[in-house]
Amino acid sequence: MTLWSLLFEPFADYAFMRRALVACFALALGCGPVGVLLMLRRMSLIGDAMSHAVLPGAAVGFLFFGLNIWAMGLGGLVAGLSVALLSGLVTRTTNLREDASFAGFYLISLSLGVLIVSTRGSNVDLLHVLFGTILAVDDASLLTVAAIATLSLFVLALIYRPLIVECFDPGFLRAVGGGGSLFHVVFLVLVVVNLVAGFQALGTLMAVGLMMLPAAASRFWAGQVWTMSAVAIGVAMASGWLGLLVSYHLDLPSGPAIVITAGVFYVGSIVFGTEGGIFWRALPRRHLEA
Amino acid sequence: MGARVTMHRGEAPAIAVENLTVAYDRHPAVHHVSCRFEPGSLTAVVGPNGAGKSTLIKTLVGLLKPAEGRVSAGGLTRADIAYLPQQAEIDRSFPITVADTVALGHWRRVGILGTLTGAMRRQVGEAMSAVGLEGFEDRAIGSLSVGQFQRVLFARLLLQDARVILLDEPFNAIDARTTADLIDLVERWHGEGRTVVAVLHDMDQVRRHFPATVLLARDLIAAGPTADCLTAEHLLRARQMSENWHEDAAVCEPARRSA
Repeated sequence: MTLWSLLFEPFADYAFMRRALVACFALALGCGPVGVLLMLRRMSLIGDAMSHAVLPGAAVGFLFFGLNIWAMGLGGLVAGLSVALLSGLVTRTTNLREDASFAGFYLISLSLGVLIVSTRGSNVDLLHVLFGTILAVDDASLLTVAAIATLSLFVLALIYRPLIVECFDPGFLRAVGGGGSLFHVVFLVLVVVNLVAGFQALGTLMAVGLMMLPAAASRFWAGQVWTMSAVAIGVAMASGWLGLLVSYHLDLPSGPAIVITAGVFYVGSIVFGTEGGIFWRALPRRHLEA
Repeated sequence: MGARVTMHRGEAPAIAVENLTVAYDRHPAVHHVSCRFEPGSLTAVVGPNGAGKSTLIKTLVGLLKPAEGRVSAGGLTRADIAYLPQQAEIDRSFPITVADTVALGHWRRVGILGTLTGAMRRQVGEAMSAVGLEGFEDRAIGSLSVGQFQRVLFARLLLQDARVILLDEPFNAIDARTTADLIDLVERWHGEGRTVVAVLHDMDQVRRHFPATVLLARDLIAAGPTADCLTAEHLLRARQMSENWHEDAAVCEPARRSA
């Protein structure tokens, strides 16, 4: 087996592999920076909660229209935004902290989703919704994913500065009249939209994988938000590409293959990352003078 | 400390605090306080822990809403007020460089989408050398000491170039030399006619550098020239304030307002 046949031939030979690859690249462009900001806002697990929260909406869409990105996406969007906004509302008006209010609402949402699928569909249906089918990406879903990536990058560029200041010095932002809550809500919408983009390809359960794993890995390679975002995008793209190859050559389901590849990058970064990786810390090196 | 980052001067209107009560969950942290910050004055806000000092400052900035009473600042807008939060309120682990943090002082001019001009970048550099941080531009804020980071925040204040500057515990956990450098800046602002209010704990420092004082213990104990304010009797009364928060405390009746 040549290097060419190992790394490139599947994409040259099969249109469905090319579509899947392009879908992964588009996903990476949106999910990379969104994941980095989610992590820096200490909301990594809330991304996970959100990915579960979209389930009932996606399930309803799936039951009525099958594996249709528009129906599932719209349903997921409505469910995800409801959970995000309700949790946000509860956090800001009561003593409950954001993680707890998110946990409460996403559990309700997740159980509703499982209930809907189990009463109306079969186990195969549930597997489709949970794990996605990236090898069946059609034009419509490819365009949707690309549109969402474009929108995400554009909106992030618009709200980049206040979003970042709100992360580390919210008092300053409010004191200069820069707002705060508005950007938080817009950002939560971006998170939901990107999860929706991911779930045809990766399923609702693992859409967040391509968001958080590259983001967490990027912390070990870069020291600024934009450099971390660039690293996260790169890691997510590489995970998509290598994950699809693993899935193709070893005949494994594509979603988990992609996310596990991202996981390998993550663990590798923890060990070898130049910004605080374990390997470098463990090296017996003399201390400096100043 | 030969700083040249002075962009405009001009007296701010007085800030008048009238019968101000600010409460958390109905329990007052600042209770029927009236005082006045004159234009160009340099005032220390002192009092025991839980006396409502930070609460008062945050209300002046507009971060907290009064439960009763009001703050009037005749025509001052947000852009006229610069605020130094306590360091604990800032996430120091955030991946951002010193230069970018200082550059936020230009917010009033660049807002959400504007870009820094060459002149603004030069001012960032000037503000950094004014606080003794040349060469720190590309350092991550997480790698700085508490004192160095406070210098960063002061550089940001320099750029904000505001007529009113509110400092919440600016010298907490800061060593003597850094404190001296930063007090020089505060006195310079005072000399430029800006109104400066600082929450402080060190009474000697207050007596040496701050002409006016507001002594709080949830209620106002005294306000005015520092020497008249920080008398033994006033300080004793402030110390006797109880930090208790009674679940069964009675509702405060309007008659108390004139008390």
